[in-house]
Amino acid sequence: MINASWLLIAIPLASAAILLLAGKRSNSWGHWLGVLASAASFAVGAGALLEMLGKDASERVVDVHLFDWISAGSLQVDAGLRIDPLSLTFVMLVTFVGTLIHIYSVAYMEHDTDRRRFFAYLNLFVASMLILVLANSYLLLFVGWEGVGLASYLLIGFWNHNPNYATAAKKAFVMNRVADVGMIIALGLIFALFGSLSFDKVLPQASALVAGNEGMMNLIGLMLLVAACGKSAQFPLQAWLGDAMAGPTPVSALIHAATMVTAGVYLIVRSGAIFNVAPTALLVVAIVGAITLLFGAIVGCAKDDIKKALAASTMSQIGYMMLAAGLGPIGYAFAIFHLLTHGFFKAGMFLGAGSVMHGMNDDVNMRNFGALNKAMKITWITFGLGWLAILGVPPFSGFWSKDKIIESAFATNHGEGWQPWVFGLVALIGAGLAAFYMSRLFFMTFHGKARWSTEESSELPTRHPHESPALMVWPMIILAVGSALLGLFLSLGNRFTTWLAPVTGELEHHDPVLSVPVIMGATLVLVFLGAFLAWRQYGAAPVPTEPPVGSLLTQAARADLYQDQFNEAAFMRPGQYATRALVYADKKAVDGSVTGLAGLIGSLGIGIQKLHNGYIRSYAAMMLAGLLIVLIVAFVIWN
Amino acid sequence: MLDSLPMLTILAVVPLIGAIVLWSLPAAKSAVAPKVALGFAGLELVLLVLTFMAFDRGNAGEFQLTEQFSWIPQIGASYALGVNGLSLLLIALAIVLVPLVVLAAWKEQGVGTAVGERAAVAANRLRLYLALVMVLTTFMVLIFAARDVFLFHVVFEAMLIPVYFMIGSFGNGARRRYAAIKFLLFSLVGGLIMLVAVFGLYFQGPRGEEGFLIDNLTNVVADPTLEKWLFIGFFIAFAIKAPMFPVHTWLPDTAQHAPAGTSVLLVGVLDKIGTYGMLVLCLPLFPNASTWAAPVIIVLAVISIIYGGLLAIGQRDLMRLIAYTSVSHFGFIVLGIFTFSSAGITGSSFYMINHGLSTGLLFLVAGFLFLRSRDGSSQLIAEYGGMQRVTPVLAGVFFVAGLAALSMPGLSTFISEITVLIATFEANKWAGAFAATGVVLAALYVLLTYQKIFTGPKVEELSDKPDLNAREKWVVAPLLALMLILGFVPNIALNYLEAPSETSVSVLEGAH
Amino acid sequence: MDYANYVYLAVILFTIGAATVLLRRNAIIVFMGIELMLNSANLAFVAFSRINGDLTGQVVAFFVMTVAAAEVVVGLAIIVSIYRSRRSVSVDDINLLKN
Repeated sequence: MINASWLLIAIPLASAAILLLAGKRSNSWGHWLGVLASAASFAVGAGALLEMLGKDASERVVDVHLFDWISAGSLQVDAGLRIDPLSLTFVMLVTFVGTLIHIYSVAYMEHDTDRRRFFAYLNLFVASMLILVLANSYLLLFVGWEGVGLASYLLIGFWNHNPNYATAAKKAFVMNRVADVGMIIALGLIFALFGSLSFDKVLPQASALVAGNEGMMNLIGLMLLVAACGKSAQFPLQAWLGDAMAGPTPVSALIHAATMVTAGVYLIVRSGAIFNVAPTALLVVAIVGAITLLFGAIVGCAKDDIKKALAASTMSQIGYMMLAAGLGPIGYAFAIFHLLTHGFFKAGMFLGAGSVMHGMNDDVNMRNFGALNKAMKITWITFGLGWLAILGVPPFSGFWSKDKIIESAFATNHGEGWQPWVFGLVALIGAGLAAFYMSRLFFMTFHGKARWSTEESSELPTRHPHESPALMVWPMIILAVGSALLGLFLSLGNRFTTWLAPVTGELEHHDPVLSVPVIMGATLVLVFLGAFLAWRQYGAAPVPTEPPVGSLLTQAARADLYQDQFNEAAFMRPGQYATRALVYADKKAVDGSVTGLAGLIGSLGIGIQKLHNGYIRSYAAMMLAGLLIVLIVAFVIWN
Repeated sequence: MLDSLPMLTILAVVPLIGAIVLWSLPAAKSAVAPKVALGFAGLELVLLVLTFMAFDRGNAGEFQLTEQFSWIPQIGASYALGVNGLSLLLIALAIVLVPLVVLAAWKEQGVGTAVGERAAVAANRLRLYLALVMVLTTFMVLIFAARDVFLFHVVFEAMLIPVYFMIGSFGNGARRRYAAIKFLLFSLVGGLIMLVAVFGLYFQGPRGEEGFLIDNLTNVVADPTLEKWLFIGFFIAFAIKAPMFPVHTWLPDTAQHAPAGTSVLLVGVLDKIGTYGMLVLCLPLFPNASTWAAPVIIVLAVISIIYGGLLAIGQRDLMRLIAYTSVSHFGFIVLGIFTFSSAGITGSSFYMINHGLSTGLLFLVAGFLFLRSRDGSSQLIAEYGGMQRVTPVLAGVFFVAGLAALSMPGLSTFISEITVLIATFEANKWAGAFAATGVVLAALYVLLTYQKIFTGPKVEELSDKPDLNAREKWVVAPLLALMLILGFVPNIALNYLEAPSETSVSVLEGAH
Repeated sequence: MDYANYVYLAVILFTIGAATVLLRRNAIIVFMGIELMLNSANLAFVAFSRINGDLTGQVVAFFVMTVAAAEVVVGLAIIVSIYRSRRSVSVDDINLLKN
């Protein structure tokens, strides 16, 4: 099955092509083809996983050659797949969660006339994401990288008759493109240094080539980080993620929670060999992760839009993953572990949010929710399991993955210097904040007093919340089970970190500066504190339907810490101004110099034309003058 | 048997015969003109396939299918033709685009909307326009196949005549005559400078009856200063043709006023003569001067990339926007050539082909879009809105063409652009970094345009316009298919382009 | 005998003739100036012929006289024709070729 792993990509890609080309004819069965394609990919992936589990650990990195792709002089690239534990982990995440979301979308998008097109784009996304994680070279990875960006654009702007959604899609794509500049620079530098772009030639050579090339290695690492920041919505390229919630909720669940936004973390972990010899770049990765961790947490505390709150949470959790990756070999495996568990509980919560919206007339404002636990029991329970997982309450998934990251943060740099303290405390505080804002979200939505009414006559908005249909509910249930049990299952006997070892290297264990029980205790205390504060303010007390003015920090958090204002002032307005100025300059200066030259010749002609005044005597005078000049010149030359 | 036929001359003469046939048609019978033109274009395609069969792909670096006759022996001018992998593919690009242009022009020049006796006048105009397209095809074949510098220059100048008429007489917009004259004067000035350099070069060469053959003039200039001047003379002409910053301002005016099909051929093929000339004339004839000038040219190329992209964003007329994107793309092509690496030159050559396909598609779709405006020809972006719901197929094709312009993987333009960028990093890391920012500008000008025209609420008057009809779909389908195929399996084309680029590199290295 | 004096006289006559052409408005007077210039040329030719002892100059003088006569005929015919259509013989009035 490993040798047939190209099917993983080919099946969804073919399905996307069929759905797009067949057009309206396929409206009645298109969505089922989409679901089948995703499920088939999952089946192939599962087969490959079983085959790999049967192999010895030393044989678990397999390169499958597909065909000679680019033959351009010194640039020779072949298209192939790398099947190893890291890529297979992602394959399983993408296809499993992806198929569940495909099924969910059948019901969620039932009333949309463009449902077939939606499934075509979803399949295109799955195919691109699989290309990204399965590629055996940086160039092929970039193909998948851009492909998911395109799918994201198409899906965020799915309802682009609304100008705001179209703008959100464009914003996402352009910010990702800025990050892609980093990727292109990294590709160029890698090729210049290593002479190749394939993993099997670049990664093993990294440690050999670093002598005398430290600056270049760090630059490559930094450029890869820039690329990762765009795709994973990390600071400073994080402003697109909130607006991306304009897309239908299944899109937010699949792309902007579980998979595409994790591609940046994949890139960093995959390039571990380079980062291991580029310590400065690795440190910057950790710093960026830490900053984003706090940024997302602060913003998430003030958002009233349920999807935007979940988006801020995603940004923050990926900050955790980046922080873990930035810790080096002690953290790579945990970054992926958290990525996996996060995929389950975050996607589950997004699907839950979609279920809530479905029952509340597509309203997203949590201030209009409240007391939905009785009306939507299954949604309440599945969402609750996800909530407990993200808080890191044992024995649910998040506890196993997040705690390991906090521990490793306290153990970084062999316990010396400022790093363990700063990163450790940031991770700890982030856990507390996460507990607060996620609990706030949970209680505002499902508990407290209802800020809606089933009666028409009441002054509260009229809603009829009901449980969602089976096609929507079952994926949520399955994801909730994963949120509950997956972490525990993968931690037993360190089986997950051992599984990843052929790729991330043997997991080193350093001693954290605080002892493990202290860390774990502090974490749990902060988590319960955060949840309790949220309960006091949003569960027990009445929630105002109009957002209160709040402190300066609250206002800033509501405005995404002014990220959009900053981007507009620093980049967008100057860029627009520059464009207009250049158009003007092109017309006046560049074109002007040419038309000016033409005008000059024209006016020269008009000037000379004045000699043709029609007076015979002046012509005679000119003839005489000319004759005299010729004679004088001849005289001078003759002498 | 195919080897003994002068395939290149046949390829050049057949469209000329088509032009003569079209001209001699009586005006009353003008209605058959499009079919006649399409017939000749189709015949040309068949001949192209035969030419490919006669070409040996394994030796793509050498000039094959050569023909040589003495033309003006007193000054050493020969009628010498020959193609290597790159010229063959460029000729193929031209011959593939021509039937699409003819098909797209079926209802142009007023044929689609005129009635009664106006219809007869419109049909007559279309007949004359198509005759000019045929003549242009002849010249396109000849110039890419020319192996004699004098022949090259003659065709270089002669080509301007049909294009001048196509813009000035058959174009649209109030300032079309201004645009036509501007185009003509820019190109003629370049041609004049090149003519001086051509004669300067001749006197450095072996003279005699074959004194103008490119093979005889390779690296003949002994004096380095003279070599630099001659190089500059040739380069200015090609920079104007390409066009590069700062001599690019003729292109937006021309694209704005020319019919869509003319813009396709002009930007898709004719402008490649500039970069082809740099590769096939400047580099082999003046290798040391090329190396000397490379840093400045690389800077100009990077400026073109960024400048063209920024200006494209600020345009209100869609055709002008596409013209400025071409300025940006040509920056990439020139950049790739002057990296002097086999990857860079191969990427650049591939870029030339892909740009012809993708920009050709953009111009054609834009032309179809304009037919669906309020007055039937408006090119202003602001006039449109929400067209994705009105004409979904047209929107889809435009989107894919836009993706090609921003080099989305899966389409052939990605391969060429990434190859050029990676090769640039080997030569000069700063140039590579600045050139890479071009991809952000490309995303902006494509997506902003798509957003303004196709998304958002529908415009009232346009909400019942028809989507692409069958003929229009036949025009765009081959280009889409080619871009996809070459995007997935680029080696189909790269096998023709690698060897010539390696030959170029070895000529440059051998000269030092 | 100093034949150079004849050349100086020819120069003076030529100058007077040129000044007449440039400064007088009446077409007939302009013609008189032209005749003066032609005759000064004749004088110069004959003087040089005498100085160099070569008869060529005197032969050319005959040519010039013939050409002058023909030119006067044509010129006066043109002036009469212009007078008939424009009622004026001032050279300043014949300016239709302006610009």
